[in-house]
Amino acid sequence: MSAAMTAARKARDAVRTGAGEEAQGRRPRWTRGRVGLLACALVLAVLWVLPLAWALATSLKPEDETTDTGLNWIGSRITFDAYRQVWESGDLTRWMLNTAYIASMTTLLTVVLTAMAAYGFSRTEFRGRRVLYGLVLAGIMVPPQVLIAPLFAEMVALNLVDTYWGVILPQVAVPAMVFILVKFFEGLPRELEEAAYVDGAGRWRVFWQIVVPLSRPVLAAVAIFTFIQTWNNFLWPFLVTTDPNAMTLPVGLVNVQSTYGVRYAQVMASVIIGGLPLLIVFVFFQRQIVRGVAHTGLAGQ
Amino acid sequence: MTALAPAPAPPGAPETAPARRPGRSRLGRIMQHGGWFVAPFLVFYGVFLVWPLVSGLWYSLNETNLAGINTEFIGLDNYREALNDDQLWDSLGNTLTFTAMLTPLIVAVAFGLALLAHNIKHGKWFWRLAFFAPFLLPSAVLADLWRWLYEPDYGLFNNALNERVPWLLEGDWAMFSMVLATLWWTVGFSFLLYLAALQAIPDHLYEAAALDGAGPWQRMWHITVPMVRNITGLIVVLQILASLQVFDQIFLINEGGPNNETRPVVQYIIQQGFTGYRIGYASALSYIVFVLIVAVTLVRLWLVRKRTDEKGETR
Repeated sequence: MSAAMTAARKARDAVRTGAGEEAQGRRPRWTRGRVGLLACALVLAVLWVLPLAWALATSLKPEDETTDTGLNWIGSRITFDAYRQVWESGDLTRWMLNTAYIASMTTLLTVVLTAMAAYGFSRTEFRGRRVLYGLVLAGIMVPPQVLIAPLFAEMVALNLVDTYWGVILPQVAVPAMVFILVKFFEGLPRELEEAAYVDGAGRWRVFWQIVVPLSRPVLAAVAIFTFIQTWNNFLWPFLVTTDPNAMTLPVGLVNVQSTYGVRYAQVMASVIIGGLPLLIVFVFFQRQIVRGVAHTGLAGQ
Repeated sequence: MTALAPAPAPPGAPETAPARRPGRSRLGRIMQHGGWFVAPFLVFYGVFLVWPLVSGLWYSLNETNLAGINTEFIGLDNYREALNDDQLWDSLGNTLTFTAMLTPLIVAVAFGLALLAHNIKHGKWFWRLAFFAPFLLPSAVLADLWRWLYEPDYGLFNNALNERVPWLLEGDWAMFSMVLATLWWTVGFSFLLYLAALQAIPDHLYEAAALDGAGPWQRMWHITVPMVRNITGLIVVLQILASLQVFDQIFLINEGGPNNETRPVVQYIIQQGFTGYRIGYASALSYIVFVLIVAVTLVRLWLVRKRTDEKGETR
């Protein structure tokens, strides 16, 4: 490859990937070091995927072959019996719908409430604003685990045990998200908003029609993070639901487990079914999820 | 918005008091108050965070059961009892051991994986998928999966090693097994944070160092590591805070066994409150953990402040 072509390619790459993307990748040649890196990464990736691959392999074996010793990845035949039995034994469809509903409502409420609050704290003036914001920030330090006992007593008093709202409402007030959004709103240019005020728009219009559209990436980040957290949350739904009809997927899976005994193909089938929804979502929305997780995490600084 | 202001905002545009149309109704004007934006969140915050925090403190001063009957004020007796409760200190010790083992591992492995994925230009999505995917599993799924991998007779690990390692059967092994499973499960999060941090390091630093004749290792020690120092600090703190609250996977894999040798303090609190119906005592235990966690957070804030002060002086 001629020098001119290399230079042209480099420039094109730089434009395409953006400055930060490629740190040292100026020579895409296969040096010994690069091959070593790749081999190392491949080994680790295989190790990381191995547990799930083994779960999949087990779930496709006939039940009586799961306890054969020796590393047989494929049994005498590939069968979906275990999946059928899991599907029949528990109310998986119902639990998935429960989880989807609870996670969606929690996400929606969290995003709307925290975005409004963050706007209020960063763009308006009212008496007590600083004190209230300080109080909210202090809440970041409160670990949810500390609240479970009194929160449960509160749910009993409010008659919310075994209801969707009993699971949803306590997960909605997330002070860390307010903090992330306040930081973001403070970085937004005020000119657009001020122009709208001059035009006679009120605060609500400015918020919904200017601030919210401008903040779509950060709101998506908050939403994605909240959704993953709620979908997978175990402890609180586990404590507050006893009725199988109100259970979320993680809680239901634990509950139904006891009925399998030591039938590993079925347990692994339930592992695959339980893990699949978010993995599929991840494959389709990888870019957004990665950005969302990195963004919410980094904002913790 | 019909017309997005062709007129530029005047320099001293009132940012807090919006221009009002003369015809706007009184109600409309009241609704402009900033408090309305904050109020809905504050209601939830008050009902589901502040109130349980306060009522928990009150419960902790009482002998209260879950049904709320037979409440009796006993002052600090719950706390006094906790100080002499061996089970509390054992479970707290387990949580601290878990934290101390897991945190450095997460930092090292996440950094290593991120370095690899960042420096290999091919198949970025694949590395992300492989290392981050476990983070997306619910804890119940993680527990079932790893209980099967650790199975003494038929599990993958013992089968592959051709040995009978007591992964979950002996205390020390069990704690190590919990740490290993948790590493696999959660390292993806820190991995993504490191990856983002690595991408933010400007190229010209590496180019300049390369011109000066620095090799790959020198560039890593003198550029990469210092440049991600803030992220490392963040990951350490997030990891400590998360590990101090560990419950799901230990409870679900092994119920804190064998012989409660891995039982984390959160599990002990739940057992006291929900199995033993002693919500007052459970609240007192929660407050002890809470103080610990606040202490970690304050130390972190203090360290950050000290570092920024030092930087200010040297400049």
